[in-house]
Amino acid sequence: MSHTPPTLVPPFPPPSHWLDDPRHVKLLWRGFLAVLAFTVLAELAVHLHPHFGIEGVFAFHAWFGFAACTAMIVLAKGLALLLKRPDNYYGRRDD
Amino acid sequence: MTDTVLHPGLVLILGALLLPALRGWLRAVAVVALPLAVLGLVWLVPDGAVWQLRFLDYTLTPLQGDKLARLFATIFALMAAGGGLFALGQKSRVEVPAAFVYAGAAIGVALAGDLVTVFAFLELMAVASTLVLWSQGDAASYRAARRYLMVHLLGGVVLFAGITGHVVQTGEVAFTRMAPDSVAHWLILIGFLVNAGAPPLSAWLPDAYPEASWSGTVFLSAFTTKTAVYVLIRGFPGTELLIWVGLFMIFYGIVYALLENDMRRILAYSIVNQVGFMIVGIGIGTEMALNGAAAHAFTHIIYKALLLMSAGSVLLMTNRRKCSELGGLFHTMPLTTVCGTIGALAISSFPLTSGFISKSMVSQAAADGHLLWVWLGLTAASAGVFLHAGIKFPWFVFFQRDSGLRPAEPPASMRWAMLFFAFLCVAMGVWAEPLYALLPYTVNYVPYTGAHVLTQLQLLLFSGLAFFVMLPWLKRTLTITLDTDWLWRRAAPALWQGALRAYAGVRGGVARPMQALVKGVLDAVERTYGQEGRLARTWATRSMALWVMVLLLGYLTLYYV
Repeated sequence: MSHTPPTLVPPFPPPSHWLDDPRHVKLLWRGFLAVLAFTVLAELAVHLHPHFGIEGVFAFHAWFGFAACTAMIVLAKGLALLLKRPDNYYGRRDD
Repeated sequence: MTDTVLHPGLVLILGALLLPALRGWLRAVAVVALPLAVLGLVWLVPDGAVWQLRFLDYTLTPLQGDKLARLFATIFALMAAGGGLFALGQKSRVEVPAAFVYAGAAIGVALAGDLVTVFAFLELMAVASTLVLWSQGDAASYRAARRYLMVHLLGGVVLFAGITGHVVQTGEVAFTRMAPDSVAHWLILIGFLVNAGAPPLSAWLPDAYPEASWSGTVFLSAFTTKTAVYVLIRGFPGTELLIWVGLFMIFYGIVYALLENDMRRILAYSIVNQVGFMIVGIGIGTEMALNGAAAHAFTHIIYKALLLMSAGSVLLMTNRRKCSELGGLFHTMPLTTVCGTIGALAISSFPLTSGFISKSMVSQAAADGHLLWVWLGLTAASAGVFLHAGIKFPWFVFFQRDSGLRPAEPPASMRWAMLFFAFLCVAMGVWAEPLYALLPYTVNYVPYTGAHVLTQLQLLLFSGLAFFVMLPWLKRTLTITLDTDWLWRRAAPALWQGALRAYAGVRGGVARPMQALVKGVLDAVERTYGQEGRLARTWATRSMALWVMVLLLGYLTLYYV
């Protein structure tokens, strides 16, 4: 068994995938937003039997998920101010 | 002692030692068939103590079966098979045999009935995993392997001290439930937690694993931390401290993974994050929580291996590992993209994937125990997992901007290994019962309810929205983030250099004058007794006679006085 060597083809061929077309990306975005709206509205139809009071707040998982992620990104950026270093800090991958 | 039952771990270890003698297709068959045969042997191990032997004054039980042991031994054997298939094209002749010794030792820990056997196999794992890392062959991995071994030997020493204390205090070597109620038990707990990637030494994991070869990291991700989860489930269930240790690991993993640029370091941090979920489950300690921790270890090994296989394929085919140099690979690596994305969805506990049916049991246990803050933490962390591993990894590696790289798909053995593990991720997510039947306690949990699916989708999809809204903040830069390995890579060497300088200063301040003094004394002796010295000079016979006469006169005088 042997593997083929790394294959790189510069200059690269023009992107021609369905996803490379900005119109299709826009379409995906619209679909995504529609699904987001659907998951929130579906809460009206599904009984959620919450364990905690806060879980009973409308669309709890939606806004809590969004807020938690935003908070974690902000926390990470804050930590980066203190702890970020160039990636050759420990020598060029050779420490 | 029953001779009819073979020890699956030892069979894998002995088989691994024979592997280097094989070549060509015979080796390829052996690499896949050996772990599968071992998997069969695991299922032949009956409940209760199977092998027993006397050692010093103690009865050791190197082979003992029960549901928990079988669950972990099963996934370790399965992982060795999948990893072996993925690594068939690996040129290093050391890596796969070392990985099989590593896997065999992990199975040995899972099937061990006493602490001495646990310790012996854990140390064998440390050595074998170091060899896996080492076999990558470049200077960076050699140095990373040295740091990795240093941390694990330290953990081993702490564990050994704890086990010795435990044996002295209780007179028992059996590996049973303990509580952190004595120094010995604390030391055992710390020894286990070092292997789990718990703070403050957690940095050994993201420091070492990404330095292994494209296939080596796949093996490394599976065994050490999950063996630690296993011994914690057996040794310290319901230890409340573990809840907080686990929560710390969860958020540490997310935050560091968000800042990371190296694709395999992102996944390494997410191992710490995922093991955190398991540790929280162990800390909660109810049957539901322990089932959740065990099930999550099982599913995690598979989807993490799958993620690292897709990353390994990218590394092999492009020779690049930084997100800032990757992107757009879906054009020419569609299969790798799909498999990596399935792994990413599974780690995020998306419905219909394996993570959904395992991780949610830990959250459910927190809710059942009315642990509001723990539950909120776990829910926020579930969102964060989707953020740092579920979207970030596939987005920056396979999509984002077009990097211009047009690598081919990896060789067939690697594609089949990814397909096999991707299949398992989906199969377990769709059909959870076989896994639930393997869990240590009876499962009283239904993952697919309308409420659970809906709330999980809300949580994950809105996390996805947060990712794309905040994307400018997540742009990759050519940076690393300092972690606790800074302590032993920079602070300790700096302290040592400082000590050396201080010593040199002391030498200058004290030793030089001392040397001058000694030299002065020696010179004086030389002047007096040396060849030209006053006391070594040749004297004339007449002066000798004169002095003898003076001496005799003196003696005569003293005699009569």
